[in-house]
Amino acid sequence: MALQSLDIIRRSATTLPEPQARGAHTGQVAKLIDVSKCIGCKACQVACMEWNDLRAEVGTCTGHYDNPHDLGDQVWTLMRFTEYENPQGDLEWLIRKDGCMHCADPGCLKACPSPGAIVQYANGIVDFHEENCIGCGYCVTGCPFDVPRISRKDGKAYKCTLCSDRVAVGLEPACVKTCPTGAIVFGTKEDMKQHAAERVEDLRSRGFEHAGLYDPSGVGGTHVMYVLHHADQPTLYANLPAEPRISPLVGLWKGVAKPLGLFAIVATAFAGFLHYIGIGPNEVDEEDEAEARREVEEERP
Amino acid sequence: MTRAVQRIVRYRASTRINHWLVAISFVLLALSGLALYHPATAWLAVLFGGGPWTRILHPYVGVFMAIAFALLAATVGGANRVDPADREWLRRWRDVVTNNERDLPDVGRYNGGQKLLFWTIVACMLVLLLSGLVIWRAWFTALFPIEVVRFAAVAHAAAATVLICAIVVHVYAAIWVKGSVRAMTRGTVSPGWAWKHHRAWFREVLRGGGRE
Repeated sequence: MALQSLDIIRRSATTLPEPQARGAHTGQVAKLIDVSKCIGCKACQVACMEWNDLRAEVGTCTGHYDNPHDLGDQVWTLMRFTEYENPQGDLEWLIRKDGCMHCADPGCLKACPSPGAIVQYANGIVDFHEENCIGCGYCVTGCPFDVPRISRKDGKAYKCTLCSDRVAVGLEPACVKTCPTGAIVFGTKEDMKQHAAERVEDLRSRGFEHAGLYDPSGVGGTHVMYVLHHADQPTLYANLPAEPRISPLVGLWKGVAKPLGLFAIVATAFAGFLHYIGIGPNEVDEEDEAEARREVEEERP
Repeated sequence: MTRAVQRIVRYRASTRINHWLVAISFVLLALSGLALYHPATAWLAVLFGGGPWTRILHPYVGVFMAIAFALLAATVGGANRVDPADREWLRRWRDVVTNNERDLPDVGRYNGGQKLLFWTIVACMLVLLLSGLVIWRAWFTALFPIEVVRFAAVAHAAAATVLICAIVVHVYAAIWVKGSVRAMTRGTVSPGWAWKHHRAWFREVLRGGGRE
């Protein structure tokens, strides 16, 4: 993204504010994925490949509907299929469209050591700027959802952009545009929450008493949200984390350790400076040499 | 007798070369590591040809340093065993830093501070090597669970901080105690230096021992 966007609210490995004159005055955006409406057709995967010009290698069948098998540098969204036998003994086919959740508090951005390789726009989208990416994989280490993937071809990290290029010019993401059942909708986060509330009410009236919205507060909420029929058990859906948050280890590493480490190094060097100027060097004088000479003489037969 | 005082050999050429290979790789690693550590030092990446080259080179230099240091540690490790006299020496660190060496216990080839530093460096090197392999994404990271990778990232940063501080102390000590640098560049020290700072070693040398 070389285009000047002027609406960057956060930028990796950067300490001063970035150009942010333009705000999201009509509200931040969100994609809402209604898992209960998904039929698993994978049209969203195809639309993503088309718009973003991505082609994963054709794989092999492993007796599983997930295809390709995993997210990748060429696979920014993936339907994950789970066969769940509910307590009544009925089979439920839970299909979750996996991909970047666009966290309000993104672990990838927090972990990234390369200035400007990851940015967060005012509208809430978290985007990778691959020309600044150094391929260290810290974003993978920082992500609570295991989303970013490093390309074997160019050593850069890739993930869903929430079609930031389309959204920037007033279009909806490609997956949203193509979804034939309306399971994926896009709009302001407020509107999406409202829409989700209606869907949840409907699902509850149909016997899914634990239906609910997945907008995890541990990462400050997300700009990709799910309506789940079993919101009390998100892990049913191909291990969607129940309480995702930036790992405390990543928080320590990229939080207090960074300034503390730098301070420790500078303080140690400064202590040396104070010692040299205050107390001074330890020198060998003529007396020491004379003592040494005397002992050398004594030792000689 | 006046000017003909023979200098005492402290380090063989092979040890000196080994030491400086470790030193050079350490400097490269510290600079490239800091480039990946804090926004304030991110600019250091230009020294290595930009961010991606910094990321690519750092671990290879790291493996080189680990091997070079292992050889160096094997050479000097034996003389770094801590004994009761070292503990006494360390307890009287106030006399040490104020240059009042007269009443301190006689010091062998290394003093308590040098031994403490040596073992600190050994521990840091071990942590850095192991954690570094875990977070070396090009080769090994995929073999480890994510929580192990996260832990390794923290351990790597912590050990690196301790090591850099330890080396700052090491370098400063060489500036502070005049006559020390020569031991690592030319290999020799003056008899007065050996008598003053490492008297037990000096006497050992007089008796024909004390060699590496």
